[in-house]
Amino acid sequence: MTTQTLTMKLNGEEVTVQVKPSAMLVEVLRDQLELTGTKVACGEGECGSCTVLLDGRPVNSCLVPALKAQGREVLTVEGLASPGELHPLQKAFVEHGAVQCGYCTPGMLMSAKALLDQNPNPTEEEVRVAISGNLCRCTGYAKIVEAILDAGTHEVER
Amino acid sequence: MKWEEYLVPSSLEEALAILKEHQGQARVIAGGTDLIIQLKKKEVTARCLVDITNLDELKGIELEDDFIRIGACVTHQELASSSLIREKAAVLAEGASQVGSPQIRNMGTVGGNIVNAQPAADTVVPLMALEAEVEVVSSDGIRREPLGGLCVGPGQCTVDATAEILTAVRFRALGPNQGSAFARLAKRKALSLPILNTAVVVTLNDGGDTFQEVRLAVGPVAPTPFRARKAEEALRGAAVEAQAIAAALELAAQEAQPRTNPVRGSEEYRREMVKVLLRRSIERAVQAARGS
Repeated sequence: MTTQTLTMKLNGEEVTVQVKPSAMLVEVLRDQLELTGTKVACGEGECGSCTVLLDGRPVNSCLVPALKAQGREVLTVEGLASPGELHPLQKAFVEHGAVQCGYCTPGMLMSAKALLDQNPNPTEEEVRVAISGNLCRCTGYAKIVEAILDAGTHEVER
Repeated sequence: MKWEEYLVPSSLEEALAILKEHQGQARVIAGGTDLIIQLKKKEVTARCLVDITNLDELKGIELEDDFIRIGACVTHQELASSSLIREKAAVLAEGASQVGSPQIRNMGTVGGNIVNAQPAADTVVPLMALEAEVEVVSSDGIRREPLGGLCVGPGQCTVDATAEILTAVRFRALGPNQGSAFARLAKRKALSLPILNTAVVVTLNDGGDTFQEVRLAVGPVAPTPFRARKAEEALRGAAVEAQAIAAALELAAQEAQPRTNPVRGSEEYRREMVKVLLRRSIERAVQAARGS
């Protein structure tokens, strides 16, 4: 099968890769670029474990044809931390015990990042809406919500 | 078989030329949130996908005279957050805000929601209450027709995605004495298909105590979203009071054709809920109309 050329800005750096026309973005990220932080579970846009940011907005990378990323910015969980230092959201997840089995964590972080970029001081309801497309099958939502609120400038009421 | 080509044309003419050249083997893709799943499950096949989301003609929400024109590739997120839509067609902003999840709303488009033709599509039910018409372009030219006739069965739309492109949807902006509201019944608040969607547009008299016109759109309690015309007729000229509304909604419940469904509940339950959701929507639409 012939391939097509995809050029995108991935985690801040321009990347060019030959992709199958039928490849989904998550396949290119995981299998070709070896960025395995992004997970796949349902493959149907129901669980959010494959969430990445496309031009700053959360999308299900299992449903996005890779070639839709042409010329656009993609941010994956690998792009969150700066060298030697975790992103404030990652620190908050660790501090609050918001990581259980960990499988939903990359997607949760990306949805949370998109929220805090738009709205640094969200309410609990806004956090819950923002992560409504991300399922945690450990059902550890309370700690995830607390961590996101904490990472914002919001004072968590205890 | 998976598609062998993924093309991103930069003009509508180019997109139509690609479709024509492939003679039914190429298919339009917008946000892809439904189509990709159908392709993965082999419910739909295509040799070539033609991505129309880069076409400027298919973007944007505009007020032209008294009409709102929405490009087919406007996303649910854009609809839900548009101040123009929230102000002049609240029912549509409310419906769009209920689609799937944030991730789906960021990719899924209003045109895709129409062409995918699900009997409860969250933006189609509101657009039917708004009496929207669509613009469809093919290499033979352009046609405009009422949205109501487009969906002919579950998943069946008269727009041929291998030869035509739905470019825009258009409807009259709501004015003074008009109000609208959407209601949704589902098992969860997110990532859940609707058990029932209702969309209502009311026009009141100047005193705000009589219905001049009521439009009631409902899905999925029939093979396609539908307007409860008998109930609408019963409310025309009726006083805005509970008894008249309740009597009209008995007619709406009779117009619905729900079947017992393991996901969506029994026929009796669904028929009853048609009345409940429509009543709530009418009440909110009346409040909005009185405040407009």
